[in-house]
Amino acid sequence: MKPHLSPEQEEARASFRAFVDEEIASRADEWHRQERTPPEIVRRLAERGYLGWTLPTGFGGGGRHMLTLGLLAGEVGRGCSSLRSLITVHSMVGHAIARWGSRAQQAAWLPLLASGAKIAAFALSEPGVGSDAQSVETRARLDGDGYVLDGQKKWITYGQVADVFLVFAQCEGAPCAFLVERNRPGVTIEPITGLIGIKASETAAIRFTDCRIPADALVGRRGLGVSHVAAAALDSGRYTVAWGCVGVLEACLEACVAYTSERMQFGVPLKQHQLVRRMITDMATELSAARLLCLEAGRLRDAKDPAAIAATSMAKYFASTAAARAASNAVQIHGANGCSSEYPVQRYLGDAKVTEIIEGSSQIQQITIAEYAYQEYRGIPRNAR
Amino acid sequence: MTTEHSKAKIAGYLARFFPGHDLREDEDIFSLGFVNSMFAMQLVTFVEHDFGITVENEDLELDNFRSINAIARLVEGKRAATAAG
Repeated sequence: MKPHLSPEQEEARASFRAFVDEEIASRADEWHRQERTPPEIVRRLAERGYLGWTLPTGFGGGGRHMLTLGLLAGEVGRGCSSLRSLITVHSMVGHAIARWGSRAQQAAWLPLLASGAKIAAFALSEPGVGSDAQSVETRARLDGDGYVLDGQKKWITYGQVADVFLVFAQCEGAPCAFLVERNRPGVTIEPITGLIGIKASETAAIRFTDCRIPADALVGRRGLGVSHVAAAALDSGRYTVAWGCVGVLEACLEACVAYTSERMQFGVPLKQHQLVRRMITDMATELSAARLLCLEAGRLRDAKDPAAIAATSMAKYFASTAAARAASNAVQIHGANGCSSEYPVQRYLGDAKVTEIIEGSSQIQQITIAEYAYQEYRGIPRNAR
Repeated sequence: MTTEHSKAKIAGYLARFFPGHDLREDEDIFSLGFVNSMFAMQLVTFVEHDFGITVENEDLELDNFRSINAIARLVEGKRAATAAG
């Protein structure tokens, strides 16, 4: 089923699709094996304006709609979830600065992020802290005219190569967000390898030891680092992750349609077997459903509608769990071939699993979306809805 | 839109977060306990979307969002600044 897009949106999608087919999809397995993203492909994303797609034009960004950012994340996600993760973390930080950064921070950083001259990463998770973001243990203390950071971050996607990190820390008990350049004295970066998915995403652990940062590194108000700054970044991240999952669903379906049309078992192609067809049916239906939820989230985001926040959570929750089901079935359909590195479905399975955990796990989404349901449907007369 | 209209609209939106509680215009919503992790963002987006203003970093004082009256004051202040600018 074709998504319902305007001619301009369809044109954008076609150009993303051609780019991904030509420069990403056929190389993603190699990057996955090498656990590395070649700098050339990051430069190509930058040249095409994909790293600053929705940032304000006044700061060198593309000023494009959130809906087409979603189409971009979907197409890149179809080719390579690691590269989609780069777009996710880079745009999370760009969005947080555009939303809550000072004018000086916006003027200093947004042009660099929009052009891709600098790559940004999101540094919230720690060895002991995942979903419970308010409890980060990294400390920032006031010292003269700046702050001193001490603590550790872990699982920082593209942390090996990012030039700047949006770091979350407690300052006298108040959650704060800071922009910290990688070359600051006291910043140590250690690669993390052997992940189950997004293996090319150059993930890292980061340690801050007596790391001095200036006062103007603080993003937003002290105390609002998690409730506003991280919340805005994570909301943006959930949106591109959800779309990336639409891409994974599509890649699974394409792989399985091709494989089941050619692979013979019991004297007929696999697609003649009803139990195989059931898996194809679920993949195709869930792909359509996930895409429609993402399109709705994109439209609400472009309308700046408060309902966009819950719509994005729902899209992320559904698309990530559907992608994990589809990837598991894609491996099942491919049998022993699916378990090998000769077919990309093995990569899709690990990548899809990661999307059920990042930017708010499925369990966090289940709690959040239920809260939204109680807000919207309790105590409101039926005829007023 | 008059101040009274603004306050009614804000009260209507906030009611969904405090079911069964008749929120007074000067009541501190933060004293009513934790709502949920989406609340802060939803409230900012609601104010921007429904009143056509942009909440900026410098507006992000909790005191600007503490009550129906405070939010109405923020909206009026932003509108006056826009009209004057």
